[in-house]
Amino acid sequence: MLYSPLWKRLLILALCAWGIAASLPNLFYTQVEAHNDAVTAIEANAGVATPEQTADLAKWPSFLPSALVNLGLDLRGGAHLLAEVQVADVYAQRIDSLWPDVRDALRDARDQVGAVRRMPSVPGVLRVSVGNADGMAVAVAAVQALATPVVSLTGVGQKDLEVTTEGQEIVVQLSEPERVATDTRTMQQSLEIIRRRVDAVGTREPTIQREGTDRILIQVPGLGSAAELKAIIGTTAKLTFNTVVGRTSNPAADPGPRNSLLASSDEKDVYYIVADEPVVSGEELTDAQPSFDQNSRPAVSFKFNVSGARKFGEYTSTNIGQPFAIVLDDKVISAPTIQSAIQGGSGIITGSFTLEESTNLAVLLRAGALPAKMNFLEERTIGPELGQDSIDAGQKAAVIGVVAVSLFMLASYGLFGLFANITLIINLALIFAVLSSIGGTLTLPGIAGIVLTIGMAVDANVLVYERIREELRVHKTTARAIEIGYERAMSAIIDANITTLITASVLFFLGAGPVRGFAVTLGIGIITSVFTSLLVTRLIISVWFNWRKPSEIVV
Amino acid sequence: MAWRLRLAPEKTNFDFFKHQWLTFGGSVLLMLAAFLFWGTEGLNYGIDFKGGTTLRTDSSQPIDVGAYRQAMNGLPVGDVVITEVFDPSFRADQHVAMIRLSSVEADQAVSETDLAAVKAALTNLDPAIKFVSEETVGPKVSGELVYTSILAMVVTSVGIMLYIWMRFEWQFALGGVLALLHDVFITVGIFAFFQIKFDLTIVAALLTILGYSINDTVVVFDRLRENLVKYKTMPLRDVMNLSVNETLSRTIMTSLTTLLAVGSMMVFGGDVIRGFSFAIFMGVLLGTYSSVYVAKNIVLMIGLDRSEKPKNGRPSDHEFANIDA
Repeated sequence: MLYSPLWKRLLILALCAWGIAASLPNLFYTQVEAHNDAVTAIEANAGVATPEQTADLAKWPSFLPSALVNLGLDLRGGAHLLAEVQVADVYAQRIDSLWPDVRDALRDARDQVGAVRRMPSVPGVLRVSVGNADGMAVAVAAVQALATPVVSLTGVGQKDLEVTTEGQEIVVQLSEPERVATDTRTMQQSLEIIRRRVDAVGTREPTIQREGTDRILIQVPGLGSAAELKAIIGTTAKLTFNTVVGRTSNPAADPGPRNSLLASSDEKDVYYIVADEPVVSGEELTDAQPSFDQNSRPAVSFKFNVSGARKFGEYTSTNIGQPFAIVLDDKVISAPTIQSAIQGGSGIITGSFTLEESTNLAVLLRAGALPAKMNFLEERTIGPELGQDSIDAGQKAAVIGVVAVSLFMLASYGLFGLFANITLIINLALIFAVLSSIGGTLTLPGIAGIVLTIGMAVDANVLVYERIREELRVHKTTARAIEIGYERAMSAIIDANITTLITASVLFFLGAGPVRGFAVTLGIGIITSVFTSLLVTRLIISVWFNWRKPSEIVV
Repeated sequence: MAWRLRLAPEKTNFDFFKHQWLTFGGSVLLMLAAFLFWGTEGLNYGIDFKGGTTLRTDSSQPIDVGAYRQAMNGLPVGDVVITEVFDPSFRADQHVAMIRLSSVEADQAVSETDLAAVKAALTNLDPAIKFVSEETVGPKVSGELVYTSILAMVVTSVGIMLYIWMRFEWQFALGGVLALLHDVFITVGIFAFFQIKFDLTIVAALLTILGYSINDTVVVFDRLRENLVKYKTMPLRDVMNLSVNETLSRTIMTSLTTLLAVGSMMVFGGDVIRGFSFAIFMGVLLGTYSSVYVAKNIVLMIGLDRSEKPKNGRPSDHEFANIDA
């Protein structure tokens, strides 16, 4: 009676044992966390441990599981940003950098094309007026020759430029497949740069992921505020070296075509007129380090890659005695005069930096500039106190919920209620075990999901027990009643849980942030509760039944 | 015989259709009322759906909402809503307020400088004030969230309907899903009536209600399916009554354990999650009610074809019903 094969029993027991072992670290969260942090720190330091790290290491035995549930931002506190990358910015940059090449190509065909002139247009579109209308076809062919095949999977065989004519003007813009390919590159680059910048600050487990086509979700636990996070990632740190055309104290001075008027970052009322096209830009930097100048003031030393070094060398050798501007984020940091040709591609930026500023600037320069601007669509800051309050409240609610449900089950089903309560605890352990081992994140709605599961988990037991009662009433033998009870309640249990699982999956795929955390715990809870309340209670009951061999039972 | 807590007598024989005009009609009326409140009062949307900024302040000084409002007067922010928050878990000297701001310009987020000005003004008023959380949602995202939420509701309902259709019959699917919508809309109506903040977590709660409530209904349907086979000649109405009576004890038990758990979340889980817990609590109550009084009434109204279907040569349209899960 109520027999199940040994391997099945062992499997069930093994799963329960694993659940308890794997959920255990979460009961000692701070100790295990300190232990885990020490392990990573020692690993990063090539196995050398400081005394504090050794002490932290001893807080949790290494042979026990040490995977923890990640706490969501709403529980740990931290900053959350949803950014939209202005991918179209990149089109404009590409088109702008195309102009010198277009000019050169048309100059080579000058006798047929005539004089060419760049006309004003919207960003991302290059308009060139051609002096000799008869040479239009030649001009278009010359510009088209500049186009290269698109590097992407979908755009095979297509060119990256779209060249059309409008009267006396040639209109050049990026082709559709090139835009798609550019967007993908922009997003990857942005993600990588954000990741490096956030990592440079050294916080725990940041989440940086692409959402949809042009969005990036950034969550950094333990950070003071979203504004701080924005400062870390949002600073464009666009470094360029530009030709200085002039210097003025008039903020309204007219810089002339394709020049800009930029303020000095440290001198008041000093403005530089700077050529828009940079000599070298920060993208060609290979390294930047905080250092000190001759007067021991904080500075940043940098190194160019080969092409950057060549351009810089050429420029400095032909412009000795002229000033050039080091421009960071549209501000002139300094405008030194070129003393001699700078070959070798390394140099130093001096300005009135504090030590911290020079360190940050070096980090930002190393990480490179973001390829495009970002708009922040959503910002959330959760203070750590509020998070802790939520954890405390959630724990209290869960404990009270478990106790209340357990007492209720005990009162309603006696010994069988006790069996259900044991499996309720195992169920909780399993939820935490699964969450920890898949690296799931627990959020406040997630805790609510667990509490809800507590209430609903006993449902399967209630269904079975009620069914057993009914079967007992029609005078079946006790063992038979139990068996039929499980059998007949099965379809209701499965149907009921699958419908809830449908809800959980929709929540998971369509929900965001904390709501997704709720979907995860709800979904895991459904699966573990079916396991515990069907298989585990059945095992307990059969062991008890075969041991006591009761002639009659009261459910 | 050992003592057992019994919430329902061992064998009940209630006629759940007796006061149908009251129970079912009441449900219809409640739903209409819910739509009425929803339409006239509107929902008290949180920033997730409306866009804007919320600040949560925590201070050891008592909160004077008027003074807060005064302090923010003249600052470049649009609508200001200040609500003091109370919770049994707060310390005696813990005073918490939620401040919701919107931007002066209609479809713009509150700028960082404006927000800093608000915080400075409040700190000036009460030096002990702390800003424990701060959330800003731009208008672009909030619009999408509305869309996604509605989509989630529809997808879930359709998913559940398809599943029930597969396992039972289409009448059951329709009855079940209409009962679900009844639970959800009345809950939304309650949120409109009491003007409780309606944000993204409430949508999650509503979706959970869908899951819970159908769970309850399915148990009744499952028994009904079993009894329809057992009592082939009994009138549909009587089979339904029998099925509900047989599962009544379970329905009450499960509702109570769930309400106990959710209730403890509502009372002890802190104010951040209270709206969410409240929505689920209401949903469980309504879900239990609707699985007894609404879902099967709809099936009865539509009627059920109880003849053996395979006779006409076509396979049964509920071939998945016999899978012994």
